Amino acid sequence: MDLRPLATPPTDAERAAVDAVLGPPAPDANPAIGALRVARGQRHLLLPGLHAIQERCGWVSAGALGYLCQRLHVPPAEAYGVASFYALFALAERPATALHVCDDVACHAAGVVSITDALAQRVGPAGAARAGATWLPSPCLGLCEHAPAAMLTVAGAAPRAGAWGPLTADAAVDAIATGRAPAPPATVLHQRTAAPGRYPERLLAQVGRVDPTDLDAYRAAGGYQALRRALDRGPAWVLREVTDSGLVGRGGAAFPTGRKWTAVAQALGPTRYLVCNADESEPGTFKDRILMEEDPFALVEAMTIAAVTVGATRGFIYLRGEYPLARARLAGAIAAAQARGLVGADVLGSGKAFELELRLGAGAYICGEETALFASLEGYRGEPRTKPPFPVEAGLFGKPTVVNNVETLVNVLGIITDGAAAYRAVGTAGSPGTRLFCVSGRVARPGLYELPFGVPLAELLALAGAPTEVAAVLLGGAAGTFLGPAQLALPLSFEATRAVGASLGSGVVLVLDRAVPIAPVLARIARFFRDESCGQCVPCRVGTVRQEELITRLGRGAPHGSVATERALLAELGQAMRDASICGLGQTAASAIESAVANLGVFPDPEAR
Amino acid sequence: MFGAGGGTSSYREAEETDVLLLWGSNARETHPIFFHHVLAGIQRGTQLVVVDPRVTASAAWADHWLGLEVGSDVALANGVAHAILAAGLENKAFIARATTGFAAYRDHVLTHYPVAKVAAVTGVAAATITAVAHAYAKADRAMICWTLGITEHHNAVDNVLALINLALLTGHVGRWGSGLNPLRGQNNVQGGGDMGALPHKLTGFQDVDDPEVRGRFEAAWGATIPPVPGWHLTDMFSAMERGELRSLYVLGENPARSEADGHRTVRLLSGLDTLVVQDIFLTQTAELADVVLPATASFAEADGTVTNSERRVQRMRRAVAPPAGARDDLAILAEVSRRLGRDLGDPTPEALWDELRALSPMHAGMSYRRLDELGGIQWPCPDEAHPGSPFLHGRLWAEPRQGPAAPFHVVEHAPPVEATDAAYPLRLTTGRRLDSYNTGVQSGSYPSPLRRGETLDLSPADAAHYGVVEGDQVRVSSRRGAVVAPVRIDPGLRPGLVFMTFHFPDQVDTNLLTIDAHDPRSGTAEFKAAAVRIDRVA
Repeated sequence: MDLRPLATPPTDAERAAVDAVLGPPAPDANPAIGALRVARGQRHLLLPGLHAIQERCGWVSAGALGYLCQRLHVPPAEAYGVASFYALFALAERPATALHVCDDVACHAAGVVSITDALAQRVGPAGAARAGATWLPSPCLGLCEHAPAAMLTVAGAAPRAGAWGPLTADAAVDAIATGRAPAPPATVLHQRTAAPGRYPERLLAQVGRVDPTDLDAYRAAGGYQALRRALDRGPAWVLREVTDSGLVGRGGAAFPTGRKWTAVAQALGPTRYLVCNADESEPGTFKDRILMEEDPFALVEAMTIAAVTVGATRGFIYLRGEYPLARARLAGAIAAAQARGLVGADVLGSGKAFELELRLGAGAYICGEETALFASLEGYRGEPRTKPPFPVEAGLFGKPTVVNNVETLVNVLGIITDGAAAYRAVGTAGSPGTRLFCVSGRVARPGLYELPFGVPLAELLALAGAPTEVAAVLLGGAAGTFLGPAQLALPLSFEATRAVGASLGSGVVLVLDRAVPIAPVLARIARFFRDESCGQCVPCRVGTVRQEELITRLGRGAPHGSVATERALLAELGQAMRDASICGLGQTAASAIESAVANLGVFPDPEAR
Repeated sequence: MFGAGGGTSSYREAEETDVLLLWGSNARETHPIFFHHVLAGIQRGTQLVVVDPRVTASAAWADHWLGLEVGSDVALANGVAHAILAAGLENKAFIARATTGFAAYRDHVLTHYPVAKVAAVTGVAAATITAVAHAYAKADRAMICWTLGITEHHNAVDNVLALINLALLTGHVGRWGSGLNPLRGQNNVQGGGDMGALPHKLTGFQDVDDPEVRGRFEAAWGATIPPVPGWHLTDMFSAMERGELRSLYVLGENPARSEADGHRTVRLLSGLDTLVVQDIFLTQTAELADVVLPATASFAEADGTVTNSERRVQRMRRAVAPPAGARDDLAILAEVSRRLGRDLGDPTPEALWDELRALSPMHAGMSYRRLDELGGIQWPCPDEAHPGSPFLHGRLWAEPRQGPAAPFHVVEHAPPVEATDAAYPLRLTTGRRLDSYNTGVQSGSYPSPLRRGETLDLSPADAAHYGVVEGDQVRVSSRRGAVVAPVRIDPGLRPGLVFMTFHFPDQVDTNLLTIDAHDPRSGTAEFKAAAVRIDRVA
């Protein structure tokens, strides 16, 4: 009685897709009784419902959206607001087969433009339907070490998705024509081959050595000893070890993990949640993808330790929607762990419960911001919330919540197994342990590297086969900092980067040489932030647009006024976004561009000399 | 109840109770502010039970909906009691310490109201009755809230007593989170009764037939107070019909549109020797009047106090100047008194309030200063050191019990006065919607996107039976009158039940259809049950 249903009825396929997520509708009870009470508890199923429709039908029609709204008692206008928030949902009719071609910074540096030009010629313009298929440009797909990259999605009763690289024009045309993606590329750890034994492998030790689909193989390699030890020693011991280890968050903010866990463990009330932030969307980042693809049980085990330690009985992995292989591997790992009682009502016979669910993002960079991630999980537009209250007080569903990045969680296994002191034995005093670096761009050996904190950037570049003439390194991703050739001796630690006004961010090391003009890269970054701003805060919503316009003008050599006035305006925009945006997106939207001006000397002011 | 004319609980308790029975109330639409408290409770874990013939907007938040036949509330309440007794879930200790008349009540319920029989009478499934009964009885805290679905019946008082019986049976009264609460329709319905605007009570619910009480008032007022109770509204119209009541002074009421059987009401009002109406609007009643006294709105245009459903007295402050010609109610009454030969002076609201505090013990501790400081005070508040009373009847739990025991009442099911039959086969029940207020005097003059005007709501099955679709005009007739209204189809209605509001009397005067049968003890007419038929208008 509260909702006006949409006039369009769903098709049978759309109805079946929704019912597969929500279960069949109750047969005869008056659906109005308790509908809002029930709906309140089901709102979080809106995003899974939208995914089901998209995967089954290739787009979300008014009829499908209306049926989902009717089942969940969500006003259609509000659900439309949610669906249209996410890039992966098509709200206009689209063919079942879609090739998403990454044109972000790393793929741009790898020459993707020649491929998109070829596609425009041979298939048609982006978004145009041809023979049941289409292609679309995409922000970073997290396959930067195999750039240029693409992801193919094929909707249907048995939907398929696959991502791969490096992409060629022929392979792209072939994938669109056949609806079949090539097998994903194998992960290669160059530090193992190029410098065997030189660096300790902690997080990557199992990668390439243990079958990621086999729980018994994981256990044979020492898996689940950490959980057993954590249960034996108890939460207080685990909290102390994690705190003493000095582990800090690897998502970018570097917050002490032990403090976060302790706050939630001590929170009042019976309900707490654990969330793994696997929405790895920072352009240039792929470390979490490789961990989840190659060692998924490690994440499941680490989350179980976190949950039993802080008293969370329910956890979610929020995985970005562009990681089909990681999705399959994690789903398999969770199911296997459930089947063996390692996750579920009684973890390892301890009497402690931990239910773990995998949820998919749908193409929204902002959802990597922790409070936006909560909003997304809850079934709302992924708009960040003001802090305080912090997630440890009021996080997911308003309850105390631990939210940790994948890499952060996997670090915990070693801390539990070997103890805090052993953990601190590598790295620096201010940055204990090792760090994963995602090296991409103009290097001979792009890929994932695990180095102790404090190793100089130049050493990592040499390891990865960077050219002698490095023009710029983008450290930390689109929200990070450009470093110039004079800054390559920088030690890779939190304290050293902070001292030069940079940040390790998500571990991105994107290398550019003189062959890649910098202005289009900056324009791509500016476009990225304009596109990904959620629009909630005016400084960010307007500021990212103004910034993109400004970069475009400077790139064309057509400044308003002088270059000097444009540079002043750029600084002012950046300051306004830093001061007045509520989340990190707006606060860092000018960071890379401003650093390029400062450190690389782009857009020089001709009057300044 | 048990001698106090107010709800027993604070709003806040609705947030902290475990089971809340909303009986004959669609609070989500009709008491939306109170319902915010209910929603806070639901979010915390309160189980909501909605008892209503219609699947209302409130039912959308319910764990259980009990869709009883109109007017079968006593039977349902007794059936709930039967299920509680049959399972041995009655609160024996509370019954023993704080109540009287239990044995007669128990025997009556056990003999005459077995759940299966009640299910047949009310149309509510036996399993649902039992489930709700057990949930209510087992709850640590449970509340019953009701509104006009209970009181707009010819057996209104029995309906209320039947609910009180349930609270006594389970001990769900006199504790935080447990209570009995009639929800009031305006910010000051409670205050009107508290101030003594009742035929048998003086200010503070003091009996008019008690000589000691009268004596105190007479001493303060320097006047003689008639020792016999006066008439309530329904009595007054009967007295007009008999020719005994010839002059009427109406303050802030619109009986020409709010009373049942509208043709009769207008005829009687028109036949008076003198009709004086004091109101902030020129209502339909005012249009019949000999003298109209334009008053200021008590909200924002005047100073004073109001009392809400949780018995909280709150200050009201004049914030804007009233329109030219309108006078404060107090000033009008003082002037009328002066013209009648008794000069009361021009008392300020605070001076009048202080006089009231001297006469009404339950208000004695509520100085304006304390009302300001505490953000309102809940009565009773007997002295200036008293913090006010969040809930009533804690005395029943005191050791030893204070005051008299609370009596059980044996009450019998009595169906609505007007049965449906072949000529008038449909049951009409009336009610209210979110965006309108009563006869529309206060809410009809501004636009609302929610307002769709008057409709005759009927079930999809009846719509099919009568061959009508949404928007078709139908003539709705009862034994007393007929109106024409467009059809609206509501899947929340059972076949045989139709629903109308009376928010739009200029468009459709619904109260031409309703019956003036009423409960002589409360004076409220049976707006909730008339027999009607519908015919398509060609």
